[in-house]
Amino acid sequence: MKSTGRDKIVWTIISILVLVYALFPVASILATSFKAPGDLTNGSFLPSPGLATLDNYEQILVGDAQGLFLSALWNSIGISLIATFIAVVLATLCAYAIARLDFPGKKIILTTALAVSIFPVISIVTPLFNLWRTIGLYDTWLGLIIPYLSLTLPISIWTLAAFFRQIPWELEQAAQVDGATTWQAFRKAIVPLAAPGVFTTAIIAFFIAWNDFVYGISLTSTEAARPVPAALAFFTGASQFESPTGAISAAAIIVTIPVVLLVLLFQRQIVSGLTQGAVKG
Amino acid sequence: MTSAITKNPQAMKKNGRTDDYSDRAKAERRLGWLLAGPAFIIMLAVTLYPIIQAFFDSLYAFRLTAPDEREFIFLQNYVTILSDPVWWRDLAVTALITVVTVAVELVLGFALALVMHRALKAVRGWLRTAILVPYGIITVVSAYAWFYAFDISSGYVNSWFDWVPGIDQDLNWFAQASTALPVIMASEIWKTTPFISLLLLAGLAQVPDELTEAAKVDGATWWEQMRKVIIPNMKAAIMVAVLFRALDAFRIFDNVFIMTNGQYGTEVLSLLAYRTSITRLEIGLGSAVSVLLFACVLLISFIAIKVFKVDLAGNTGGKR
Repeated sequence: MKSTGRDKIVWTIISILVLVYALFPVASILATSFKAPGDLTNGSFLPSPGLATLDNYEQILVGDAQGLFLSALWNSIGISLIATFIAVVLATLCAYAIARLDFPGKKIILTTALAVSIFPVISIVTPLFNLWRTIGLYDTWLGLIIPYLSLTLPISIWTLAAFFRQIPWELEQAAQVDGATTWQAFRKAIVPLAAPGVFTTAIIAFFIAWNDFVYGISLTSTEAARPVPAALAFFTGASQFESPTGAISAAAIIVTIPVVLLVLLFQRQIVSGLTQGAVKG
Repeated sequence: MTSAITKNPQAMKKNGRTDDYSDRAKAERRLGWLLAGPAFIIMLAVTLYPIIQAFFDSLYAFRLTAPDEREFIFLQNYVTILSDPVWWRDLAVTALITVVTVAVELVLGFALALVMHRALKAVRGWLRTAILVPYGIITVVSAYAWFYAFDISSGYVNSWFDWVPGIDQDLNWFAQASTALPVIMASEIWKTTPFISLLLLAGLAQVPDELTEAAKVDGATWWEQMRKVIIPNMKAAIMVAVLFRALDAFRIFDNVFIMTNGQYGTEVLSLLAYRTSITRLEIGLGSAVSVLLFACVLLISFIAIKVFKVDLAGNTGGKR
């Protein structure tokens, strides 16, 4: 398609529309996060002129709500990263076997992953809630990491299996013919090709773990393990007469920063990871 | 294959090569399960075990507040739930949200996919980056963003749109289902349309360019190209996207919890299960709701796969 002047104008308009669609709610909560408590009801999108403030950020980072927010942030980061790491390691081994080896049951594994990914989370929560309370996993990191695997493992297996099927595994033999040892051949020929897929899968799995809410509110009760999305829902104002709107907005913006950074840096990889299976179908 | 060879005695005699072969096949099989096994077992352990446990618990009258009064009552919990209008109201709300959001997302997602598919190279990267922001954002954050925008005290929607009949400064969007549900759905649609549009983008890429070119040469209008060439050729991708989103929408929880907590007739099934077992600690009754919700999801998948012939495995998992 030749890009004429008219095309350029049309595409500029379309791009602006898409940008507004994608970013407006983020801009909205960003604007709210700068509103002072007394200014929240001003009825406009932006804080009133001269009243924009960083107080809300101060409150959750160094002020009264610090204990609540920072511990939740720490829980979210730790639990999501560990759950992502375990899922990606297990899924890498599993997807390697599916893409590379011949054994009966491949189809069962992929179908199971699919079934698990459409499983209603709330159906798992009730029995886990009861069991965790009995065996002492309630309100612990491990008590969230285990159920998070039900969210992160299936999609990791599917995405990685699709990636690994595209790797030209003959390269490994070629390297061995050229005199490399098995380990060298694997490390020099295969790892560089497989690493981007593993990395992309990790980003997608991390998004999913980071997003969890149902497990977070059901299986925790204190700052010991409560992740950010759940903590936001239980935020209270500095006093009982003050609404926590500003603090929640500021916290929401802080947990959105890593998402925006990952998207900006790895847009291409994430899109290919999400569409991989479908394209190759 | 292995058994076919070993059954043939002549092949067996040939200098034992068959044994080597089957040994190697056996070793490969063992290695395959050794590598794939842990992931498989964990997936089963975190889903199959809990749902069986939930089914078992659902046959008892059991409250955590009175653990000693646990009593086997067979299907009584199911009778209680299915004869309660609350279940049917929540089912209707959930179904309404599912149907509306999936329909809107399909149209919106298709438009976005077309935009990304046709976009000039220079803007393609930017469009994808922008679209991935709602995909990656936490659902709870999205819920708060929409909630605060419409909220009667901290919102600005009422003052922006007070020229629209029915909207004024005193409209409390979250005090009745007829106004709360559209906001809940808007948040859900905003957050999940990118996913459906990426699946559809992948489907668009599969439509052979020659077909669209040929249609163009034959003088087909844009609409005719869409209807006769592009959509029929990506039917499989559309079906998969719809099924995935429908099952996801049916489990909606976060947006409703944040915006109304299920009040004023906006409760959905997931919230009913949560309220029964986690808030009221009625494990028996809550488990029965969970099992029924699971049965609904199974039923939707079954209908999609058997009646509409959606080939999930073929279209999401790469080469067969």
